[in-house]
Amino acid sequence: MRKEFLFILKNFVRMAILMFLVSIVAFFLVSVSPIDPLKVNVGQTALGSMSQEQIEKLSQYWGTSISPVRRYLSWAGDFIRGDMGVSLLYRQPVSRVIGVKLSNSLLMLGISWLISGIVGFSLGILAGANRGKRLDKGISAYALITASTPAFWLALVFLMLFGVWLKILPIGLSVPIGTEAAEVTIRDRILHGILPVLTLSITGISSMILHTREKMLEVMESDYVLFAKARGETGTQIVLGHGIRNILLPALTLQFASISEIIGGSVLVEQVFSYPGIGQAAVTAGLGGDVPLLLGIAVISAAIVFTGNFTANILYGIVDPRIRKARNNI
Amino acid sequence: MKQWNSRKTMYCFFVLSIIFLAVVTVIGYFSYDKAMVVDFSRKNLPPSFSYPFGTDWMGRDMFARTMTGISMSIMLGVLAAAVSSVIAFSLGIIGASMGKAADGFVSGLIDLVMGIPHILLLVLISFALGKGFKGVVTGIAITHWTSLARLIRGEVLQLKESQYIKIAEKLGHGKLKTAVKHMTPHLLPQVLVGFVLLFPHAILHEAGITFLGFGLPPEQPAVGIILSEGMKYLTMGSWWLALFPGLLLTIVVVLFHLVGDILGRLIDPGRIHQ
Amino acid sequence: MLEERKKILSIKNLSVSFSQYEGAFRWKNLLAIKDLSLDVKEGEMVAVVGSSGSGKSLLAHSVLGILPYNATRNGEISFYGETLTEKRMRELRGKEIVLVPQSVSYLDPLMKTGLQIRKGKKDESSRQKSLEVLKCYGLERDTENLYPFELSGGMIRRILISTAVMEQPRLVIADEPTPGLHIDIARRVLSHFREIADEGAGVLLIIHDLELAVEVADRIVVLYAGTNLEEARASDFLEENRLRHPYTRALYRAMPDNGFSAEPGTQPYAENRPDGCTYAPRCEYVQEKCLKEVEYRNFQGGMVRCIMAGGEIR
Repeated sequence: MRKEFLFILKNFVRMAILMFLVSIVAFFLVSVSPIDPLKVNVGQTALGSMSQEQIEKLSQYWGTSISPVRRYLSWAGDFIRGDMGVSLLYRQPVSRVIGVKLSNSLLMLGISWLISGIVGFSLGILAGANRGKRLDKGISAYALITASTPAFWLALVFLMLFGVWLKILPIGLSVPIGTEAAEVTIRDRILHGILPVLTLSITGISSMILHTREKMLEVMESDYVLFAKARGETGTQIVLGHGIRNILLPALTLQFASISEIIGGSVLVEQVFSYPGIGQAAVTAGLGGDVPLLLGIAVISAAIVFTGNFTANILYGIVDPRIRKARNNI
Repeated sequence: MKQWNSRKTMYCFFVLSIIFLAVVTVIGYFSYDKAMVVDFSRKNLPPSFSYPFGTDWMGRDMFARTMTGISMSIMLGVLAAAVSSVIAFSLGIIGASMGKAADGFVSGLIDLVMGIPHILLLVLISFALGKGFKGVVTGIAITHWTSLARLIRGEVLQLKESQYIKIAEKLGHGKLKTAVKHMTPHLLPQVLVGFVLLFPHAILHEAGITFLGFGLPPEQPAVGIILSEGMKYLTMGSWWLALFPGLLLTIVVVLFHLVGDILGRLIDPGRIHQ
Repeated sequence: MLEERKKILSIKNLSVSFSQYEGAFRWKNLLAIKDLSLDVKEGEMVAVVGSSGSGKSLLAHSVLGILPYNATRNGEISFYGETLTEKRMRELRGKEIVLVPQSVSYLDPLMKTGLQIRKGKKDESSRQKSLEVLKCYGLERDTENLYPFELSGGMIRRILISTAVMEQPRLVIADEPTPGLHIDIARRVLSHFREIADEGAGVLLIIHDLELAVEVADRIVVLYAGTNLEEARASDFLEENRLRHPYTRALYRAMPDNGFSAEPGTQPYAENRPDGCTYAPRCEYVQEKCLKEVEYRNFQGGMVRCIMAGGEIR
């Protein structure tokens, strides 16, 4: 038990250090930008409605008079306390903007993540177990094509197909325009979420298919599968009994490590569907020079990605008996 | 020797793909002026024989614009692949052959770069460099090395276990010298395949970031911009504005994937039967 | 006495070839096993001896129908007189014909051994049976909860044998059960196979250690470069001049008790196997006729593939 705890702790510390470094890199990148957030947004209502104190704080972060190290430290100190500054475009605390946008995106991202994971895993197994047959070729070709299709273009095609031509699904926005937040029905949410989920699930699937197929091929060529065949086990028995047993863990690891890709994909797809999620907010912030929001989103999404990696490491270290027992025997 | 087999088919396909990609690049490169011509007498034309991809609301030839944009994407891909291969190769070798601290540094760096979702990282870099074309080019060029570096690091670690490398070390050759002199020949095929397989990522990311509105002013013929404008005219029925450029982009990326894949099979004797 | 027993396995003129690419574009066929024949009778243990690369494991895999996808099998294999087709092999393997593989890599690394012994069955009677088998081979009850990576070399062999006796096999094919084991443990492992044979099943023992084979088996089949050169009674190995083929005699002389003298030269690989006798390039008695096909014939109660047998070999 103690060793397990130490293992988790070690991974956690590593994650914390990476978080710290990512925040430095992100801060550095927005700091060196020639775009001055104050000047870009001068005259916008954002600044006008801010309190004097908030404006001071802004110039404290982004003003050129103070050394970058001190600026970073004061920003990071506030960030840890939960104060991510005020968004220049949304005129609200960054934490609240991120909270709202993230909750809009989370369900859509989660569902796409699950669908692409489960379907990709199943297709990968089917392809690997039927190596060289028509099914394998079909699935591999599908993986190749989806890996090559720009997610946002597919989103456009779907929009064209279902929204403009067939007129069965709405064209954009996660809720109908002009509806109060409270009036948004679950049906509206689902209808507006279908196309983004479809796009993300279809395009995010290829790496899982290819990875699972590769692992499955390895398993099918292994000595233990040969022995299972020699013992009269059927193809199905082998796939279910040995195949899944041996590839589930690496697949889960990949799945948790792929969170970054699905977030990246959502940035583009949300743009096409005008889906008011975290991805669209990131683009708006980047284009509009909303530095506090851009920085906040970068750090929060890195935190999500690292949590995924952390989970993957823990899964591997705790679940795989080889690693688990090897650690206990040290 | 005379019989036809799947390997020869593969090889022919390989050569044809490269020719196709080269032709697209060259045609696109020389279509720039044509792509910028505005002619309102021919606006909003659906695809036809003289305008295979149709024209937009300003009467610009979409075929010329698409070819120019894709040609630019491919050239940017060359730059990204070249820069990334060099970074990946150096870091991979340093990480795997110069001791534990160096390895920790390299894998930390890889995790760090992969920590921020790629497209978001590109937004940040683009923002850092003032949202211009320079930012897009730099971002694409310096962020694609991570997976290749990981691959090379793994290969070097494996090679290190092999006998002849151990002998070279016993003979007193320095670690870095051993790595460069004895391992490079074995790594080059991997790097070459990795180099080709970087194109799809670089091209898709370039299209993505320009689609979001970073990098180039809207009149420039970048694939992302073309698609972004196509999106605005989608509801007006100009379906060809978004459909064909995206389709050609997808085909180009598929071909790059295939070229990399076939190259890997032709080089790697372990996968000889596939 | 031996002659009256029923033939379990009969292999006639077996050949196995692989097709693969040579260089970038050329296909070629590689003959890995060529014209191999042998029988296994009830209660008998037949050892197939040969150095690595002589095609021993492929022989085992051909009988079970688990050759790789690019391999082609020719010749006839029959089981109790009935031809073994791919379909029949599928029906019999794991039940009447069982394989005892050579190493831990043949066990699923992520499956507990107990579960593997009983092919993943979870019912109580299978479990009891597997526990009995474990006990029978001197393994503790708790072994069933261990993963393959936690087993010692000796334990692994016994686990692998356990998988075979879970059923009532008529034929056990043991593929190299001894490498890496201490000589005492190796003897003990082989004694388990002897017991299986003594109870009436046939055992085809594939092994590279001639000394151990002579100790435990009834008959020895000598394999060289994918074909068999001689079949002898184990007792023939008591004296050099009872052996029929120059290669077998060389093997005899290489045994520790008989002088340990190694013949010069190496076994040819399949791609440059000579047309006639595969041993001809190394044979001191080689003649013009040896370079043509040599018949595998009965000789002094055994079999031999040599034109010289009974002639001038001294």
